Amino acid sequence: MSTRIAPTDTARGPRRGWLYLLPVLLFAGIGVFLALGLGRDPQTLPSVLIDKPAPSFALPPLPGRDERGFSSADLGGRPMLVNVFASWCVPCRIEHPMLEQLAREGVPIHAINYKDAPEDALAFLRTLGDPFERVGADREGRTTIDWGVYGVPETFVIDARGRIRYRHVGPLQPRDLERTIRPLLAEIAR
Amino acid sequence: MSRGRLPAVLLALALASGATRAATSPEEMLADPALEARARALGKELRCLVCQNQSIDDSDAALARDLRRIVRERLLAGDSDAAIERYLVERYGDFVLLRPPVKPATWLLWVGPFLVLLAGAGLVFAFLRRRPAAAVEPAELDPTEKKVLEALLAEERRNRPA
Repeated sequence: MSTRIAPTDTARGPRRGWLYLLPVLLFAGIGVFLALGLGRDPQTLPSVLIDKPAPSFALPPLPGRDERGFSSADLGGRPMLVNVFASWCVPCRIEHPMLEQLAREGVPIHAINYKDAPEDALAFLRTLGDPFERVGADREGRTTIDWGVYGVPETFVIDARGRIRYRHVGPLQPRDLERTIRPLLAEIAR
Repeated sequence: MSRGRLPAVLLALALASGATRAATSPEEMLADPALEARARALGKELRCLVCQNQSIDDSDAALARDLRRIVRERLLAGDSDAAIERYLVERYGDFVLLRPPVKPATWLLWVGPFLVLLAGAGLVFAFLRRRPAAAVEPAELDPTEKKVLEALLAEERRNRPA
């Protein structure tokens, strides 16, 4: 009558062995989940405008640079970039050489100048160089909100049909040009 | 402080902190109190994209101020609350809503806690159902055990003081 002394232990042992693996599996599962999360930047939000036509807008020029300004009619026809910048934005200064580099390679770049004093924006372009074809001044920031921008700088890749194909948040860095911007421009040029 | 006054003081403190926390400045406010109330209610449901864990009603960021202005302009133009939320979602995605909408992509988010609760309830139920089985009726004593028990009881009776 040994069952009376330990009525359940012997019956449970082998059948419930998998239970001891459960914490290990849970740990591994959570570990994989968190490891994937480490590679993501929580500050970078996906754009809802991807693969959609760019919003329609018409921005006045920076007085003293040109008389054309920048509007949705300038988008499309060929792959291009649209950069949102401001003279007061420090990361914009950091990424500016990247834009100059792309412009030298023949990539058309237009710009939205966000909430800036025109004279400051002009001084910025005079000092650092002007890689832009069209520049529109968005002093109220309304057009920029239509583009879903929540900080400067941001850079959009527009395809020949005027659709937004990619949104880059923050300053462009050399590896962004190599890994994303140039391959995407080449892909949509085909 | 008397006990009776404590709730009143706490309420006053709560109201005072609420009034200072909102970032909406007086000049932004709409003249119509009903519209302004709707604007404030909407602002509390909309995320400031810059600070990300504050509502646009709470945030001092420039973008939050711009979004507050847009909300008020749309209200004055006669838009419904849902139309204003749609306007912002079209630009910033569902992320702009502090309360995520219920749709297939967010079902797990909404139902997840209840699934965990259900799983926990299931475990507790299984555990409780097993308990009575573990506490089985003791089996009958066999003759040897009966003899030992008798002897022990007899000894106990002898040792007990009369």
